Amino acid sequence: MTSLIRARGLVKRFGDFTAVDGIDVDVRRGEAFGFLGPNGAGKSSTMRMIGCVSPPTGGVLEILGLDPVRDGPRIRAKLGVCPQLDNLDIELTVRENLTTYARFFGIPRRTARRRADELLEFVQLGERADSKVEPLSGGMKRRLTIARALVNEPEIVLLDEPTTGLDPQARHLVWERLFRLKQQGVTLVLTTHYMDEAEQLCDRLVVMDGGRIAASGSPRELISEYSTREVVELRFNAESQEPYASKLEGVGERLEVLPDRVLLYVADGDAAVAEVNRRSLSPASVLVRRSSLEDVFLHLTGRTLVD
Amino acid sequence: MLAVFEYHLVNYRRTWRGSALSSLVLPLLTMLGFGVGVGSYVTGGVEGVSYLDWIVPGLIASTAMQTAIGESTWPVLSAFEWLKTYFAQAAAPLRVTDILGGHLAFMLFRVLISAAAFLAIAGAFGTLHSWWSPVALVVAVLVGLSVAAPTAAYAATITSDSYLAILLRFAVLPMSLFSGVFFPVESLPVVLRWIAYALPLWHGVDLSRDAILGLNPGWLGLVHAAYLIAWCAAGCWLAHRRYRRRLVI
Repeated sequence: MTSLIRARGLVKRFGDFTAVDGIDVDVRRGEAFGFLGPNGAGKSSTMRMIGCVSPPTGGVLEILGLDPVRDGPRIRAKLGVCPQLDNLDIELTVRENLTTYARFFGIPRRTARRRADELLEFVQLGERADSKVEPLSGGMKRRLTIARALVNEPEIVLLDEPTTGLDPQARHLVWERLFRLKQQGVTLVLTTHYMDEAEQLCDRLVVMDGGRIAASGSPRELISEYSTREVVELRFNAESQEPYASKLEGVGERLEVLPDRVLLYVADGDAAVAEVNRRSLSPASVLVRRSSLEDVFLHLTGRTLVD
Repeated sequence: MLAVFEYHLVNYRRTWRGSALSSLVLPLLTMLGFGVGVGSYVTGGVEGVSYLDWIVPGLIASTAMQTAIGESTWPVLSAFEWLKTYFAQAAAPLRVTDILGGHLAFMLFRVLISAAAFLAIAGAFGTLHSWWSPVALVVAVLVGLSVAAPTAAYAATITSDSYLAILLRFAVLPMSLFSGVFFPVESLPVVLRWIAYALPLWHGVDLSRDAILGLNPGWLGLVHAAYLIAWCAAGCWLAHRRYRRRLVI
């Protein structure tokens, strides 16, 4: 068995609306695999199908070599799910949240208690084991949700936007814990719309847009395929940046005019800046930076706001 | 299913003192209020027994109904809409049947506790006439499921608790008043009498009264039991459908 998760032409429809429109995915053991995309791209629908709580409308889906419709409970026994919105039991204590959840997997009470304590140490909540969930901060709740997803020692952990809404410290702590899990050989599947998160965590990813896969590969492959090595951001003191487009013709491989700045996609940023100066265009500010996954993302899914 | 029941028990462990106290205080107050207060006006008794002795069996069935309603309304709505705990359970290797069945089992456990507390207090006041009285607990559980299951189905359908107020006003309140708990249904106009016959509580009240007063229910007892079981079965079927629609989409 090469793929833990294998999808071929996977489709999910809700009435007339097609949320997932025929995607092919292969997730290999031990890798961190990401679904990127704007809101409504079909990421969460895909995750719910993989989580075996949403039967596919069409196509093939195999998880751990099993059929999610027929073997749902058997597959879910080996999955850990960290949903987009925490659904913890705010009336139970931190530890009870883990021990009662462990019982859903048929884990004996004593084992559940031991594992709960280990996991609480792992997510740095050991000292809060006996406190209620309600007063915990957003980051703590998220870590507890992640701990709960690990209570059955899953083969695959599904994380739907694991750090949305967290402050930078909390995000970094979550990333660090997820990275450690990956090192322990756990397969991670996550959705995100944070490019830095995808670059930090994902070995491979797909960019989804409108229910389809727009691109796939490692972060580095995607950048080299869909963007240039560097990006030059120019700001001109003018009503509109538009007139500068023609004057910058040929400087980079590609050029993008935004309301407040012009982006030049180039192989060599410094050379491009020299060329801009040679044409005596004198921008108010110049920034040369490496191309990021965000450039790929915006290039593939467009800048228009979809809500 | 057992693990889900166990989870609800763990959840209950933190509030059980208050709820246990109220399930003792409520019957105690009822005994005093109805037995001493209202009872002194109903001097002739009802159907050959004192008014207090006559209403106790009905109140036990009614308490079962109230507890079942309490456990199958807000807690179910919250598990879908607010805390979303059902969705956490659905991500584990549980089936819809386990999630629903475990929660219903807990509701019936609560029904049993409050009915038993009432029965014990009633016994202490000497209002039980028959050794068949414990059968009233079986009836209480049956009444509990016959209202908890359809109510859970309803709570799984709605998204705001203002719909629960509608249920309480237009279904639960008339059912408590017109089901022969406080006066015989025969005193009602025919139309209201048929409402009592259609809803589950009256059937439970009648069975409970037969058990506690030691009357022979005859063939009507079987009809009552069958009717309650039919409500339970239809309620469970409907609730399963509703839960499935919410949890597997």
